[in-house]
Amino acid sequence: MSVDADTVRRVAKLARIALEEGRVQPMAEELNGILTWVEQLNAVDVAGVPPMTSVVKADLKRRADRVSDGGYAEDLMKNAPLAEDHFFVVPKVVE
Amino acid sequence: MSTLTDLTLAEARDKLKAREISARELTDAHLTAIEKARPLNAFITETPEKARAMADQADKRLAEGVAGPLEGVPLAIKDLFCTEGVQTTAASHILQGFVPTYESTVTKNLWHAGAVLLGKTNLDEFAMGSSNETSYFGPVISPWRRTGDPTPLVPGGSSGGSAAAVAAGLALGATGTDTGGSIRQPAAVAGICGLKPTYGRCSRWGIVAFASSLDQAGPMARTVGDCAILLKAMASHDAKDSTSLNVGVPDYEKSVRAGVKGLRIGIPKEVRGEGLSAEIAALWDKGAEWLKAQGAEIVEVSLKHAHHALPAYYIVAPAEASSNLARYDGVRYGLRVPGDDITQTYENTRAAGFGREVQRRILIGTYVLSAGYYDAYYLRAQKIRTLIARDFEEAFKGCDLILTPTTPGPAFAIGAKTSDPVEMYLNDVFTVTVNLAGLPGMSVPAGLTGDGLPLGLQLIGKPFDEETIFRAAGAIEEAAQFTARPGDWWSTS
Repeated sequence: MSVDADTVRRVAKLARIALEEGRVQPMAEELNGILTWVEQLNAVDVAGVPPMTSVVKADLKRRADRVSDGGYAEDLMKNAPLAEDHFFVVPKVVE
Repeated sequence: MSTLTDLTLAEARDKLKAREISARELTDAHLTAIEKARPLNAFITETPEKARAMADQADKRLAEGVAGPLEGVPLAIKDLFCTEGVQTTAASHILQGFVPTYESTVTKNLWHAGAVLLGKTNLDEFAMGSSNETSYFGPVISPWRRTGDPTPLVPGGSSGGSAAAVAAGLALGATGTDTGGSIRQPAAVAGICGLKPTYGRCSRWGIVAFASSLDQAGPMARTVGDCAILLKAMASHDAKDSTSLNVGVPDYEKSVRAGVKGLRIGIPKEVRGEGLSAEIAALWDKGAEWLKAQGAEIVEVSLKHAHHALPAYYIVAPAEASSNLARYDGVRYGLRVPGDDITQTYENTRAAGFGREVQRRILIGTYVLSAGYYDAYYLRAQKIRTLIARDFEEAFKGCDLILTPTTPGPAFAIGAKTSDPVEMYLNDVFTVTVNLAGLPGMSVPAGLTGDGLPLGLQLIGKPFDEETIFRAAGAIEEAAQFTARPGDWWSTS
C-alpha cells in the first residue's frame, strides 16, 4: 500500500493543507517510511479481537437535556481574526 | 536567593505555612532564575506580574490562616493548558496570540489550592514530538550537558520546557501532558520525576487536544513526594470531561514512604530482549535489586504484544490528531491567511500555521482514516490496542506493579534525530504501551550515564492505583539517592 504523489495531493486536499508542489514527493517518501514501518502490524493475528473503544470501563455520563450554561457570545468573538458584531467574517461561500 | 529555588516543593510549602518565608520572596527568587535562564528557552510566555499578584494574595491568605494546600507555591504550566487572560499557543504558529477566556480544570484546581503561575512552558508543537524541537518558538535547550562537552542537548518532549524548568530550578514543579510518553520521557532525560495518571484521573477540559483517547495531564517535580502533592491538587472529577471518572482522590503523599514490603514487581520478559543497551539493562537490574532489598518480590511477567505498541500508536494518535486539529480553520481564533475562497483560506491558514511534524501527522491520520484504508490501519491498530490492554490485565494478576526503563537512552544532541521521523518515534518505545492501555506510569531518576546524563526507571500501575506507584517510586528514590543537578552554565548575569 504505497503512497504516490497523487495520493499525497488527495490527502492534503482532504486535510485542507496547501502543499507546494515541491513538497509532494518528499512527503510521499516520508509517509511511505512511516507506513512501511507500521506494516509489521499485519503479522499480528487479530481474528475475533474487538477494537478498543474506551480504555476505562465506564458508561458515558449523561445529564438532563437542559441548557445549563452559555451566554458567552462576547467571549467567543474575542479571538476571532475577523468579526462583525457577533459574526465571524469569511470569504463568500454561496454564490 | 539560590537556596529558595533549591527547596523541594514540600519544604517550600512547609516553610510558607510556618511563615519562615513569604510567597512573594519565593516567587521573586524563581522569577529571577527564569530571567537568567532565558538561553534555555524553557518558557514561551513569562507572567511575572501575574505571579507577583498571585503571590501577594497567597501571603494574605497565609497570614489569615486560610491557606490552601499549595498556597504560595510557584509552578510552571505547559503551554497546552488554557489559562484565562494568558496567551496559550500549544507552541504553534496557528495559535499565536490566542488568549483564552476560560481556565482549564487542572490549572483552576491548582490556583484554587493556592499555587502561583510563573509562566507557560515551551513544548513540541501540539505536543507532537519527543525532543521539543518542533516548537514554533524554537527548541528548548536542556540544562544538562555531557561531562566536559558543551554540545546542546534536547530536554526530551513534548513537555520539554516543563522538564527543563524544573530541572534547572526555575519552578518548584510543573504540569505536563502525556499522550505517548510526553511527561515520563522528558522527566527521565532531565533527571526529574514525572507521572502520567490513569486515563480519567485528571480532567482534560481546557487542555489543547492532541489524541483524546490517550491524552492525560500529570505532575513533574524534582521529588516523588512533590509529584504526589501536585497530583492530589490536579486530580478531580469534572462534569465537563465525559471521560473524567468519579473516583476518590487519595492523599498520595502518605504513600511515598509507605515502603514496598510484600509488593510483587513484574519484569516483562519480552521488553528485555529488544536490543537494549547494556547501560539501560544494568540500570533496570539495579532498580529491581533496590526494590527487592526493601522487601518486594520480583516476578517475571509477559507482555506479548508490547513490541507492537509503537507502530499501533503511530496510527491511533495521528488519526485522532487529524480529527482534533480540524478545528484550526482560521475562522474563529488564531492565525488566518486569506485565500480567494473559504477552502483556500483554510488551506493557506493550515499550511502556514502548522509546522512540518504536525502536517505530517495530520496527513498520516487523514490517510489511515480515509475510505478503503480504515480497516487495514485504524481498525487493526485499535484491535492491537485491545490485545495490549489484555496483556496488562493478565500480567497484573501476578504482580502489583511493572518495572521498565523509561527511555532507550539518555538525552541526545539537538538535531541528531530530526531527519528520520521513525528514529525519533523510537524514543517512546517503553512509554506508549502505557497510554494505549490507559494505565498510570511514572518515571523516577535512577542514575547517570558514563558521561553524566540522567536516566530514569518507569513504574506502571493498575488503573487508578497511583498510590502503589508512589510507594515503589519512593523506594527507588530512597535507594538511588539521585542528587545530581545540572551545573548552572546558562545564567546570563
